[in-house]
Amino acid sequence: MDKLKAILEDLRPDVDFDKEENLVDGNILDSFDIITLVAKISEEMGVEIGVDELIPENFNSLKAMEKLLEKHIG
Amino acid sequence: MIYNVLQYLEQSAEKYPDKTALKDEYGEVTYAGLVSDARKIGSYITGVIKGETNKPVAVLIDRNLLSVTAFFGVVYSGNFYVPIDMSMPAERIDTIMGTLSPVMVIDCRQGAGNDDGIRVESILEKKEVDDAALSAIRIAMIDEDPLYAIFTSGSTGVPKGVLVSHRSVIDLLCAFDEAFSFDEETVFCNQAPFDFDVSVKDIYNSIYCGGSIVIAPKKLFMSPKLLVDFLGANNVNTLIWAVSALRIISDFKAVESASMIPKLKNVMFSGEVMPVKSLNYWKEKFPGTRFVNLYGPTEITCNCTYYVIDRDFAPEDKIPVGKPFKNSRVLLLNENLKPVTERGKEGEICVSGRCLALGYWNNHEKTAESFPAYPGVSEYPVRIYRTGDLGYYDENMDIVFTSRRDHQIKHMGHRIELGEIETALNSILFLTVSVCIYDETHEKIVCYYQSENECKKEIVAELGKKLPKYMWPNVYIKKDKLPLNKNGKIDRVMLKKEWMENNG
Repeated sequence: MDKLKAILEDLRPDVDFDKEENLVDGNILDSFDIITLVAKISEEMGVEIGVDELIPENFNSLKAMEKLLEKHIG
Repeated sequence: MIYNVLQYLEQSAEKYPDKTALKDEYGEVTYAGLVSDARKIGSYITGVIKGETNKPVAVLIDRNLLSVTAFFGVVYSGNFYVPIDMSMPAERIDTIMGTLSPVMVIDCRQGAGNDDGIRVESILEKKEVDDAALSAIRIAMIDEDPLYAIFTSGSTGVPKGVLVSHRSVIDLLCAFDEAFSFDEETVFCNQAPFDFDVSVKDIYNSIYCGGSIVIAPKKLFMSPKLLVDFLGANNVNTLIWAVSALRIISDFKAVESASMIPKLKNVMFSGEVMPVKSLNYWKEKFPGTRFVNLYGPTEITCNCTYYVIDRDFAPEDKIPVGKPFKNSRVLLLNENLKPVTERGKEGEICVSGRCLALGYWNNHEKTAESFPAYPGVSEYPVRIYRTGDLGYYDENMDIVFTSRRDHQIKHMGHRIELGEIETALNSILFLTVSVCIYDETHEKIVCYYQSENECKKEIVAELGKKLPKYMWPNVYIKKDKLPLNKNGKIDRVMLKKEWMENNG
């Protein structure tokens, strides 16, 4: 999961992912961030996030994203 | 005689007073309601600025119908509107407002306070309509009067306000009508933000044909499935979208069958090159739909050429930008500004006609540079717009876009001058020097910089104060020394070659 954080910090060095809990609903991450993120997760972690999982709830915080990935890895 | 876009709005309001003109996630408004609200706003503006006309009114936009209502309100007052996205960094907003000096600022953002301008709701609450003033304004107007200004990236770091008149938009509507004949059943889904000229086509085509616009909430564009459901549930039949937005649906394969958007008739795209792979996905899912490639920069009022997809394309093919719309003349000119007529030979795409913008607001130098007189005609003045795009004629004499002749790029649907990013980078004190290149294949802006230490995080923090997020480089590479070419300038060609070799 450290990998996920590294991807996020590389994508948006201006965001504090330990603190933010409203990433999508608060308009911090936009649709292009999410799409780039999903591509990176596939590329670097080998996890394919399904189109049904692309909903704000799954991306609002680092924790939510970790939980989503755990479903795939776990 | 049509000389003002409001005539189209009023004609539709007369025919379909109770029909929904605009719908957003907060509510909807009928044609009659839209006209009535816009007239209130127009009356208020003209009262405050004492009847002045042809002046800029800044509209702080949101993805809501009130923003469009305010646009029409400004037009009723005889002035022109300038959509401003307040989520841009303060420095950029200041630069734009400084260039513009608006006579009034109307705030349409949901839930915003009173600090940045007069709230649109407060105008609608109290103001009566001043019929006499509005009629006097209308009679005095001509179609050359400006309708809107949209700011676009400038290579020297200062955004330019492209000023477009009523007559250019009227021309666009008549040309679109000839080419596509939208009828009153048309339901447009607005994707493009209102400070992008792609949205001009939604707003004006809809009032022209008496159709409806559904404004898609921004958040939907991260959830392709929900977006598709939204289009289906709202009976949307026409998309005039940026390529990047259509790709969100195709790249994630969010469509199971055509029945998910059962009414879809038209998919029109522009803003950047549509990858054939994405187009083929759409075509396969929606075999009964008309697909159209639209081409043109803001300076010629949205689009000057179009190509209706009438054959299959292989992944390595280029989709032509096609042939000119009626009443637009499109020439390919060589370096001596002489027309290129041979097939396959490259020239700069240059445009003349009523579609040409009036120029850049308060920037005569840039206007003269981009809108020169056409040297092919010496006996009377013919103005052209030099797009900076290069293209050639294919075997069907359709124009095919190839590349830019300068450092302007298209990135995630945004038109960006690399020079504007570099100006911002070079104002950062801890950077010795920096340069940006664009990797079209991977859609990445790559920043090469020279400084004491690695400092990506610090650079992004500084850029965040100056540039909107879509302009931030995606990759930062520190070099001890940036290479110079024989003219003593940073060698972009070499850097790009190096980047492509390592990342191709």
